[in-house]
Amino acid sequence: MDLDDTPDQAAYRAQARAWLEEHKAEAPVLQGVGALEDEAEILAARRAWQGKLAEAGLAGVTWPKEYGGQGLGPIEQVMANQEIARAKVPGILDAIGVGMLGPTIIAHGSEDQKTRYLGAMLHGDEVWCQLFSEPAAGSDLAAVQTRARLQEDGSWRLSGQKVWTTNAQFASYGLLLARTDADVPKHKGLTMFVVPIDAEGVTVRGLRQISGEAEFNEVFFDDLSVDAGAVVGGVGNGWGTALTTLMFERVTIGLGGEGMGYNSTRFAAAIAGDEHARRDPEVRHKLGEIASELLAVRFTGYRTLTALQKGQIPGPEAGLAKVTIVSGAINAGDLIADVLGPDTLLEDSEWSYMISFLPGLKSAGGTEEILRNTIGERVLGLPPEPRLDKGIPFSELRSKEGAAV
Amino acid sequence: MNLALSDEQVFLREAARGALSRFKTLEAAREALDGDENAMPDLWPVAKDAGWPGLLIDEDHGGAGLDAFDAMLVMGECGRVIAGIGLLGHLPASAILNASPAGAPLLEALASGDRRAAYLPVCPPDDIAEGWSADPEHGSTRPGAPAARSDGEGKARVSGTLAFVPDAPGADVLVGVAILEGKPVGVAIESDAEGVAVEALTRYDSTRSLGHVSLSDAPASVLDAPVEDLEGAWHLAQSLIAAESLGSVETALEVSVAYAKERHTFGRAIGSYQAVKHSLTEVLRQLENGRSLLYYAGWARNGAPQEFPLAASAARSVGGRALDHAARTMISVHGGIGATWEHDAPLYFRRAQLSRRLLGGTGRASDRVAGELILQADAA
Repeated sequence: MDLDDTPDQAAYRAQARAWLEEHKAEAPVLQGVGALEDEAEILAARRAWQGKLAEAGLAGVTWPKEYGGQGLGPIEQVMANQEIARAKVPGILDAIGVGMLGPTIIAHGSEDQKTRYLGAMLHGDEVWCQLFSEPAAGSDLAAVQTRARLQEDGSWRLSGQKVWTTNAQFASYGLLLARTDADVPKHKGLTMFVVPIDAEGVTVRGLRQISGEAEFNEVFFDDLSVDAGAVVGGVGNGWGTALTTLMFERVTIGLGGEGMGYNSTRFAAAIAGDEHARRDPEVRHKLGEIASELLAVRFTGYRTLTALQKGQIPGPEAGLAKVTIVSGAINAGDLIADVLGPDTLLEDSEWSYMISFLPGLKSAGGTEEILRNTIGERVLGLPPEPRLDKGIPFSELRSKEGAAV
Repeated sequence: MNLALSDEQVFLREAARGALSRFKTLEAAREALDGDENAMPDLWPVAKDAGWPGLLIDEDHGGAGLDAFDAMLVMGECGRVIAGIGLLGHLPASAILNASPAGAPLLEALASGDRRAAYLPVCPPDDIAEGWSADPEHGSTRPGAPAARSDGEGKARVSGTLAFVPDAPGADVLVGVAILEGKPVGVAIESDAEGVAVEALTRYDSTRSLGHVSLSDAPASVLDAPVEDLEGAWHLAQSLIAAESLGSVETALEVSVAYAKERHTFGRAIGSYQAVKHSLTEVLRQLENGRSLLYYAGWARNGAPQEFPLAASAARSVGGRALDHAARTMISVHGGIGATWEHDAPLYFRRAQLSRRLLGGTGRASDRVAGELILQADAA
């Protein structure tokens, strides 16, 4: 049992560290003295920086070499991320594309798609967004209603609405899950498409959150036309393709929690700065319980990496880590606000944004409830809840929804 | 990076499970609660045969020379079947002696299991409390560590009381910390010496052997273990009871899941209801968090000793709460039968209620997690 790098890993880490040391002055400054303020400038600078990270082999580390990656394992990607954090420079702009959508195209896409899209995605030249969730399809993702209709010339026309779409405001492309056949059961009539975002028939509208900021969007499709080459993974295979993306999403979230700043060290520092609170038994008790769980997540991450390194699929601890991170951070934000008072909620306080962000994060990447269902069924082997939509054509579901209860 | 069990560790765990499976520990626990004083099997010979008493003693002195994490694996197996076996007291005591050249003459008999030791738990100082303190017999005012006075070269006389000492009854030698000339020192006291009284007792959980130890000018050998190892024994005990608790959580979860699959209401298995399913995944979540922290503690003891107090305390905090939650969930999932004498759930519940109040209690471990992190923040 050790947390040490193997000689190969140590060499990779040293190389990453040396490159960052040499090039970190080229990274965009996003916070503090000299920070960029103009949004367009920030975007351009972050795109360029992603390109440099990709050239240096610090982004898309697990991607095959032929598509610009390094052909290495997830542990090297984590090491690259650790070194990027250590150098106090921003990571890549398009973590969703490079971490989840690119790997989906690598797994299911055509040669044309791989050649056309992957290089530009990895280098930040074209940013991507994930067009899965809809107003009436989140936890029950296979209920998407966005329709793609086949035209006589073999092209498709898409209409519908997507939501919670991060980065759509500056994305070039999206990976979109649409219904291509409503007369078969809902998981069967789905198809995955590559769609352009800056095209006629696509409207992106910012969706403001509790904090007042708009980090994600609603995206409307009104008869958008795409050609046959836009289908990823075959017509009618959209569900299987989507599951691949969701698997990469879980790995990304499971390994990324500490990077979001939700860790015991940071939370404890806030309490340590208050002379009374740091000696208050009740505050200490709560802090100790919260911090213990967040410390556990750090080592759960190492367990996940151990499994990945051995070529195994990470166990249930990886999925449950998200629940622990979110609930731990919520409780920590609550405790810190109790200790520091209403100024914690000032817009420019260190904690206000986190406190506003977390209630929504609880549902992001799968609600806590759906996650517990999945783990209860797949890991503990508990029987699934009876469902009313099995084997029923999607087009008939709506009429049966009310009747069944 | 490697946080997986080695082949040897898998074998150690499987062997422990096999050895303990030959005893009806749960039935014995129930009979003991019913007043049968001879119900509890003597499991020390099992430990002896398996080499567990010497787990943390160097090979030079007849031990296995293994590490805390290996000991945690064995404790987890004991916890699975709530076996009362004497290791919670013995292992931290053996670790203090193993770290002390003056303790060497005692080691061989303890490694073989021919003699049994018990650890006298004394809680080291933290960021607020300056002194060492022992668990009180009643209430929350903590007495200080036993006091020692010098009695010639390498010898001392020790006075003090220690309440609820795990595995003290029947132990041959008592090993802990006393304050000599203002400084903590390790002490080893033969339990049959003059001035030593051990009052055997159980509380609520018939599987847990406890003793109130009273020392009145008792003759002791002074152990030249470094203070880090004196403190380390406390943290080791925290991680061992955490591992034991998480072993009990494993069984509680397995039994509850099995029942949730076979018990039907309104025409379907109760495990299909989200209310039941989610409460069982909550048990799993806490179990997995606890397991991760056992890895942390197991790694930190040698890999980052300055983090061992934090890691062990965090494991204890999560492990103690996890068992309480798992035992309550086990009762709830089983419905009324889960709260009856003939079911095993109350045995796990009893284990949970006592365990989390021993060795300073789960709450004290949570407090130390906060304290250690506050000290880290001050240093940063």
